[in-house]
Amino acid sequence: MSWQLGIEHLKDLARGAAILGTGGGGDPLIGRLLVEQAIREHGPITVLDPDELDDDAFVIPTAQMGAPTVIVEKIPRGSEPVGALRALEKHLGRRADATMPIECGGINSMIPLLVAARTGLPVVDADGMGRAFPELQMETFSVYGVPGSPMAIAGEHDETVVIDTGADNKQMEWLARGITIRLGGVAHIAEYSMTGAEVKRTAVPRTLSLGLSIGRAVREARAAHEDPIEAVRAALAPTLYNHLRVLFRGKVVDVERRTLEGFARGRARFTGYDGTSQLELRFQNENLVAEVDGEVVCTVPDLICVLEADTAEPITTEGLRYGQRVTVVGISTPDLMRTPEALAVFGPSCFGLNVEFTPVERRTEALVQ
Amino acid sequence: MRIGIDVGGTNTDAVLLDGTGGDVRVLAANKSATSADVTAGIIDTLDRLQAERSFDPAQVQAVMIGTTHFINALVEARRLAPTAALRLGLPATASLPPLVDWPERLVEAISGRSYLAHGGHEFDGRHIAELDPDELRRHAADMVAHGVRSVAISSVFSPVSNEFELRAAEILRAELGDDVAISMSHEIGRIGLLERENATIINAALRELAASIVDGLSGAVAGHGISAPLYLSQNDGTLMDVDFARRYPVATFASGPTNSMRGAALLSGLDTCAVVDVGGTTSDVGVLTHGFPREATTEVDVAGVRTNFRMPDVLSIGIGGGSLVAEGNDQVSVGPRSVGYRLTSEALVFGGKTLTATDIAVAAGRAEVGDPAAVAGLDPTLVKAALARVAADIADAVERMRTSPDPLPVVAVGGGSILLPDDLPGSLAVHRPDHFAVANAIGAAIAQVGGEVDRVYAIDPGRRDAVVDEARQEAVDRAIAAGADPAAVRIVDFDEVPIPYLPGNATRIRCKAVGDLRLGAAS
Repeated sequence: MSWQLGIEHLKDLARGAAILGTGGGGDPLIGRLLVEQAIREHGPITVLDPDELDDDAFVIPTAQMGAPTVIVEKIPRGSEPVGALRALEKHLGRRADATMPIECGGINSMIPLLVAARTGLPVVDADGMGRAFPELQMETFSVYGVPGSPMAIAGEHDETVVIDTGADNKQMEWLARGITIRLGGVAHIAEYSMTGAEVKRTAVPRTLSLGLSIGRAVREARAAHEDPIEAVRAALAPTLYNHLRVLFRGKVVDVERRTLEGFARGRARFTGYDGTSQLELRFQNENLVAEVDGEVVCTVPDLICVLEADTAEPITTEGLRYGQRVTVVGISTPDLMRTPEALAVFGPSCFGLNVEFTPVERRTEALVQ
Repeated sequence: MRIGIDVGGTNTDAVLLDGTGGDVRVLAANKSATSADVTAGIIDTLDRLQAERSFDPAQVQAVMIGTTHFINALVEARRLAPTAALRLGLPATASLPPLVDWPERLVEAISGRSYLAHGGHEFDGRHIAELDPDELRRHAADMVAHGVRSVAISSVFSPVSNEFELRAAEILRAELGDDVAISMSHEIGRIGLLERENATIINAALRELAASIVDGLSGAVAGHGISAPLYLSQNDGTLMDVDFARRYPVATFASGPTNSMRGAALLSGLDTCAVVDVGGTTSDVGVLTHGFPREATTEVDVAGVRTNFRMPDVLSIGIGGGSLVAEGNDQVSVGPRSVGYRLTSEALVFGGKTLTATDIAVAAGRAEVGDPAAVAGLDPTLVKAALARVAADIADAVERMRTSPDPLPVVAVGGGSILLPDDLPGSLAVHRPDHFAVANAIGAAIAQVGGEVDRVYAIDPGRRDAVVDEARQEAVDRAIAAGADPAAVRIVDFDEVPIPYLPGNATRIRCKAVGDLRLGAAS
């Protein structure tokens, strides 16, 4: 069940992770190059299925936080996420048996792989967001009772900071955000340390292999001149993300963005090819809610992905431009992300939206696929 | 008057122009095969212009040349200088050193050596680490030992502060002497370290070739008795003087398509339009806004290296004069397969056996090429359906390139433009200018001078207007410094993108100003 992840998997994984980034999550490109180089130096990475973890195994997830714009300019030294992991081990007096992603969408699918390659630790095939979210408390780990604290933050000068806010994950996020700015806008972190039993209870399982299979499906469909969106649907069918709904086909007619409280918020409008119907998308780094002709068809935490119509290449909220031909799809999230406890942490109301969450497959029952 | 010359891989076009701004007359124009010897080729071209319309060399105010020499040298990996890449950013960035993602063949062709040193800035201007002059001197000694003749310097966030790149260049200059060329990334690319650094390394590798080409071009022009300044066209449709060209050859890479589009637009009298260049196999669609091509927003791969050059955004579709026409179930297809250069032997009108798009245009009476009798028997329904298919596909490509809901006129150029109707679906009027065969050279001759700013600003509350004014003024100042007439500089491009997760409403502002070249006294 455990398997070896090599350089040959990384392009597919990066593409799949960008789709799971649901408009945000940061470009996985630099992350992919980092992991490529680390595998070249240290060899392939062992990926563990969560079922293989001993209940008392000790897992420390690792990630990057901050501004994607900074990462394309100030490339990491490479040792920072390992530094964060080691600082947390020292603080806790316990060595990690494995690392794990906290977020499977965007660049954070790659950072734990960098740690795994450099340390030789295995990486668990699971994460705590099941997609990309903008803040550290938006984790299934925190929803089901694993605290983010203590958390370690590291910069490229070997400096580390440990934050302990007890059970208050929102306060942890707020303090960590301030330190990240001091560190130059990007920092690497280790947090949500937990046992194997807690991973099995609280993590969204098999999301690394999910990203890999979506990315591979798109590549193979393009090569065979088949519909890549249908290929994604087929790849999702046997997973916990088993409903893909085409919400809209059309072109971008308007994009409006502004920065508010450190987030890129905005909305985009799309018109159907026949010009009769419209989709409106609201986003805050990631896509939050899609309405077709005034009726909500998909909301966070379900995934809303804007894909280039011919190639299924994901388009980020920053990358939306007038005239792009797109297919907007909604993808159902696993049940553990849709419980009342989960919706209280990353449901529509957490983003200031006055919309009830209803699963995308129910909202779109009437849509012809 | 002025002279524009476009040296392509196959043909060299030249024009003699009179007038300025939008009011330009073509006095003479010619096209000849590009010769292997740059200098001889230019001399020959100038002789032909002189023969076509006699002119006094002293009356020429400027000579503008667009060339593919540099991009071809890179693609063919020849005549490249032994090059070192020095990056300032330690302890950050060590995980991906310079040249890490380059094709091995190209690293060998430039005998590439990669160095990391302390330095670099944070997004807000703080130092990542201080510069260490001794570290730089040690690297310089190693460069000397390995026969390095050209150096590329990049520093983290150098578009925010160029201080470290300038200081490092000074230190290297003292160690390496004046014979080693130094290229700095803040003068070449924008935000995005790897892409900007790659462009700078390519530039460094081309410096020796640039010196010899520029000497050759200058010599050819001077040898013709022309004392006017010589300029080279850049990717974005603006000019650089020869001294700049010696230092920044990389900026010429995509000047061909840009000049072609700008030339076509001028000939048609439009400055905001789509330009459709219909060739034998493909049609290339680009968009001009206020006379300048829209730039590609994605990274551009050149010879296997990721860069963020300012390249024009061009969409290619598989429709051209040589496209195969086939009847399927209920519909007619045109392209993407094409007879290409064999058009003149394989098309029906040229006595061949293949039904091509050109045959359709002749059968419809849109063009008189070859033998019209050969296509007289074609089914009129088929001809009509094929033309409708072409019009619909081209209209669709234009539609994809549009950036606003406003209707966009279309300028059609290229030998295959006979395929297009006078109006495209979506009520887009099609303009067909004269002299389009030498549009490249015209585009070079009318090029303007530009200045650009691309930077992250922290915008304090209530200060937005002041920051925007500052950015615009800097772009204008840069254009004037590059030789633009201060009276005629204007902002042609402005883009403001807020950046999430940074304090102080960090905003990336890109601003470009251009103006007509300040010409000498002669008129």
